[in-house]
Amino acid sequence: MKSADAIVEVRGLSRVFDVSAPLISRLIDREPRRRLTAVDGLDFSIQRGETFGLVGESGSGKSTLARMVVGLVEPSRGRVIVDGVDLAETRDRAARRAVRRRMQMIFQDPFASLNPRWRVGDIIAEPIRAFGDAGGRGGRAIRPRVDELLELVGLHPADARKFPHEFSGGQRQRIAIARAIAVHPDFIVCDEPTSALDVSIQAQILNLMRDLQQRLGLTYLLITHNLAVVRFMATRVGVMYLGRLVEIGETDALFARPRHPYTRMLLDAVPDLSMSGRPRIAIGGEPPNPIDPPPGCPFHPRCPRAIAICKIERPAFRDNVACHLAAAEG
Amino acid sequence: MTRPLLSVRALRVEFATRRGPLVALDGVSFDIAPGEVLGVVGESGAGKSLTGLAIVGLLDPPGRIADGEIRLDGERIDNLPPARMRDIRGGRIGVIFQDPLTSLNPLMRIGDQLAETIMAHKSVGRRQARAQALAWLGEVGIPSPEKRIDGYPHEFSGGMRQRVVIALALCAEPRLVIADEPTTALDVSVQAQIIALIKNLTRRHGAAVMLITHDMGVIAETADRVAVMYAGRIVEIGAVRELVRHPLHPYTQGLMAAIPTLDIRADRLMQIPGAMPRLSAIPRGCAFAPRCPKAFERCAARPPLITVGDRGAACWLYDRAPAAADARN
Repeated sequence: MKSADAIVEVRGLSRVFDVSAPLISRLIDREPRRRLTAVDGLDFSIQRGETFGLVGESGSGKSTLARMVVGLVEPSRGRVIVDGVDLAETRDRAARRAVRRRMQMIFQDPFASLNPRWRVGDIIAEPIRAFGDAGGRGGRAIRPRVDELLELVGLHPADARKFPHEFSGGQRQRIAIARAIAVHPDFIVCDEPTSALDVSIQAQILNLMRDLQQRLGLTYLLITHNLAVVRFMATRVGVMYLGRLVEIGETDALFARPRHPYTRMLLDAVPDLSMSGRPRIAIGGEPPNPIDPPPGCPFHPRCPRAIAICKIERPAFRDNVACHLAAAEG
Repeated sequence: MTRPLLSVRALRVEFATRRGPLVALDGVSFDIAPGEVLGVVGESGAGKSLTGLAIVGLLDPPGRIADGEIRLDGERIDNLPPARMRDIRGGRIGVIFQDPLTSLNPLMRIGDQLAETIMAHKSVGRRQARAQALAWLGEVGIPSPEKRIDGYPHEFSGGMRQRVVIALALCAEPRLVIADEPTTALDVSVQAQIIALIKNLTRRHGAAVMLITHDMGVIAETADRVAVMYAGRIVEIGAVRELVRHPLHPYTQGLMAAIPTLDIRADRLMQIPGAMPRLSAIPRGCAFAPRCPKAFERCAARPPLITVGDRGAACWLYDRAPAAADARN
């Protein structure tokens, strides 16, 4: 089901981390190796120009997935294909480089993602230098490009001389965005880009991200735990639970008619600002430990609608949802 | 009106620095009635946590209360010696912090921590304290508490730890609970459970709550009244329903409009230009004026909390006095 205009295709992607105790401790305590399956056989594709939102609670594997997509973490199994190029398989260095340039990432913590000893201008210029767009010797093209980028993200060209500590959290995230778009990428992975920010600043950054998407034709993979942010930003949404996708859908449809009980539960858990008193199902339990996931459907211990088969058989991801009930209802 | 349980008047907190004092809280006044839930909302640096810390006497030097007074049940508590304050903290005022790990002793079994707190504030023996600790663990929803009572904090998940912290805050049956971002470190599904738990337990035990959070949604679900803070001052205070639906202060209006919601897919979020000023650069007059779309010449002077119906808003837009004075002339 290769779709014509997919910029990123993820096929059977898995990542297993070895979280065993050191060998000697294992021998003494006679413990087996312990493995944590952070991401378990994901399949999805991201269309050019869309924002694909990925939501899930902590431990659902969403950040591991993001890191695999940009190549910061090696997959244990499966493939990430960007514009037809499989990064893990391609031996052609030029092709790898070309793909790398077209993918960038924005991280959650704007305090940790900028080098405190570098001036802002150098931070933004680094990817330009690294990918050889500097415009000949001495990089004469860099200065005007940095100025242009700073203005594009709502900062001032004079800010290039400053250091990151002179900026607030929201301004730092603007700098991180300027760095990400410096080499004309097509695709940006945004891992909780506004989770560390206050709401009024979050609104500025989200608006900026949407403006840039329109102006520059960007595609986003947006990872967040905040459903309202996904609602505002995403074209399509994938919901993750314990390393697996439980549901994918168009944003409007998924929010109006969630099909998986976990999606429903997540939506009901969001505090109700409009104070509409909409009926909501109270939720019990906590996400289980991914080292020792429950058998069958991993959500069944918390699911209000679980039936016998859910405890035994893991539901297949079919027709954009992984739930025995949805399959039965057609 | 019944006598307030907690009364804060013109509270001013300063941090001494080499360049002179930084004013972190300036003229903060509010009451909490017995059994009431007051939400305190604001962005980072607005002074909401500091207000809570000042009330329980946990300001770290060089921070200090420079002016104003704090009364609990009519008794002044802002100038008590540390030993007396320790009795109040944990006894008459329970405290829940954001990170449950900082509130729990990692080397002590949770049952012992609970029993110790109970014995420190109530005249009960060891066996009775342990029985009460067990009952509290059940009440906060720890499954099979008789098995978990001898567990250590690291053996509990984040949500379960926060439940233990809630038990710890409530076990001496305080009249007031100060909860500072109690759900911020938790996943949404667990957050909803913890909010419901705090709400139900405090109601059942008749305790008032000061709920400090940056999340307006949590406030809307939990609080009776809400105080909105900005740059160390209260800019608006009133019943939560009206304040959420019809905010008066331009800052509150901007804040509410900036929050994305699940119901409507907006094309753009409203945004407040700029950011909250640093403590060293709080403007004269209204602190919000430089970012305010409705600012006018009077904003150069600092607005008092002006009564509008049963709400208070620190904004000159709601001051009818000069018009009345003009009419008299």
